[in-house]
Amino acid sequence: MAKLDNSDSDYSQDSPAPIQSKAKKSFTPTILIAIAIFYLGLVILIPAANVFVEAFSRGFSPLINAFKREDLIDAIKLTASLAAIALPLNTIFGLSAAWAITRNNFRGKALLLSIIDLPFSISPVVAGLMIVLLYGRLGWFGSFLEANNIKVVFAFPAMLLATVFVSMPFIAREVIPILDEMGTEQEEAASTLGANDWQIFWKVVVPNIRWGLLYGLVLTNARAMGEFGAVSVVSGNIASKTQSLPLFVEEAYKNYDTEVAYSAAVLLALLAVVTLVLKEILERKTHNPNERE
Amino acid sequence: MVTTKPRPDRKRQSNPVQKFLGKIPWTWVITFTYLAFLVILPIAAMIAKAAEEPFGKFWATATSPVALSSYEITFVTAFFAAAINGIFGTLIAWVIVRYDFWGKRFVDAVVDLPFALPTSVAGLTLATIYSDKGLLGSLVAPFGIKIAFSRIGVFVAMTFISLPFIVRTVQPVLTDLEKEIEEAAWSLGASGLQTFIKVILPPLTPSILTGVALGFSRAVGEYGSTVIIASNTPFKDLITPILIFQRLEQYDYVGATVIGVVMLGISFISLLAINLLQAWSRRYG
Repeated sequence: MAKLDNSDSDYSQDSPAPIQSKAKKSFTPTILIAIAIFYLGLVILIPAANVFVEAFSRGFSPLINAFKREDLIDAIKLTASLAAIALPLNTIFGLSAAWAITRNNFRGKALLLSIIDLPFSISPVVAGLMIVLLYGRLGWFGSFLEANNIKVVFAFPAMLLATVFVSMPFIAREVIPILDEMGTEQEEAASTLGANDWQIFWKVVVPNIRWGLLYGLVLTNARAMGEFGAVSVVSGNIASKTQSLPLFVEEAYKNYDTEVAYSAAVLLALLAVVTLVLKEILERKTHNPNERE
Repeated sequence: MVTTKPRPDRKRQSNPVQKFLGKIPWTWVITFTYLAFLVILPIAAMIAKAAEEPFGKFWATATSPVALSSYEITFVTAFFAAAINGIFGTLIAWVIVRYDFWGKRFVDAVVDLPFALPTSVAGLTLATIYSDKGLLGSLVAPFGIKIAFSRIGVFVAMTFISLPFIVRTVQPVLTDLEKEIEEAAWSLGASGLQTFIKVILPPLTPSILTGVALGFSRAVGEYGSTVIIASNTPFKDLITPILIFQRLEQYDYVGATVIGVVMLGISFISLLAINLLQAWSRRYG
């Protein structure tokens, strides 16, 4: 018995790092880690760090000057409003779609999931083009919109449509697996006890999905604020009117106004850093407990 | 949404169609209305617009020399970017899952940066460091290699944006992989390389291919970072999404639509391929 215990504990000491137990291979992990870090550094880390270096290399005065520019302030406001409207819309859609998919059994479920995923596979430029073709002057809705004097393309509504389109799938994708795993027992119990649909939603479903939903919101927000291609096609890119922050960055760069471009870029890079930090926190809250169970 | 609600004055008539419509849960109504307006209708509008063209003209526009060269530049460059990430992305996933080292959590978080960083910022910073005078561009400039404003620049941008797809697809599969089989292979005398090729690689292959397909599909459609780092010269480094944009700028809606439909068809094919690959990798699970 004592012998068995002994060998057991020996095994458990070895098993966390079986690779290192072979003296011959002791260098392999170090080499592989070094290659991985080198590649990540070259492809991702150096370019990302460069945004901050360029923005702060000349001190704070170019940054402060840039943020006095009205066209930059307008671009920030436009990007914030796009996200502020796209987020609630995509939340309502994401929750409805996740509910419809996980709480019903029907044929064509896989097809519906693929359609929800389509915005990820369609090129942003094609997405923008489709909006122009549908709502533009020659489009299906064009004459109706023109007759009623509603401007969609090269104006805010089309930019909003583009933003909503590209950031559409995130919330549904995050919430679907949680609802699937949660099962229907709790909802049925609440229903038996006399709760109505809204009560079930707020008191049973939301507490279960909240971290996943928040995670989806963070991803939606990052995409909504950062989208360039689709918005670029439909916006017309008029400074202070239809120029969102990512478009402003490109415009400043094209005009050789590199300092201003980096001042605006650093804001978006900060957004990315905040997104990653939140993602890290929320991922631990959503995925880890489930994986361990 | 409005049309599916039975009108109040007709509520008492128990028309079977209205009864059926009234029973549709509102979550379905929202889901389908939203998808119809945002996804189905725009796709239909574009295909209908392209279908107005006689087939001969459609074909001529879709296969014009500029378009053909843009397909070649887009797909070949995206393929190489996704393929090299297939190798290094798998390596990064392996290192994150299997080894413990200082700063591992930071490395894990950095992988997601291309998802979070807006593409125009990525393009801006890549164009700066890979320009002739930039941090990395100046290292290769003496050898006559130009990265920014060339096809290599397009490759660099595509590599940047597609890397997380491979790492994040391979990582969970690698986490679930049972170590016992590898240990058995070792204890039976297999070398590290033999174990990797014969034991680890086969169950990982579907997920690596899925990741590469996802990365490829993203790289093919990429516009923001590539438009900034490339010179966008036809036959040199002009990729298809940028060609569509240029056609639109010249008010050539037909040209833009035809090439857009080609891109859309390729998106559908990629999506199908990815779904099949995912079904294949699930069989290993």
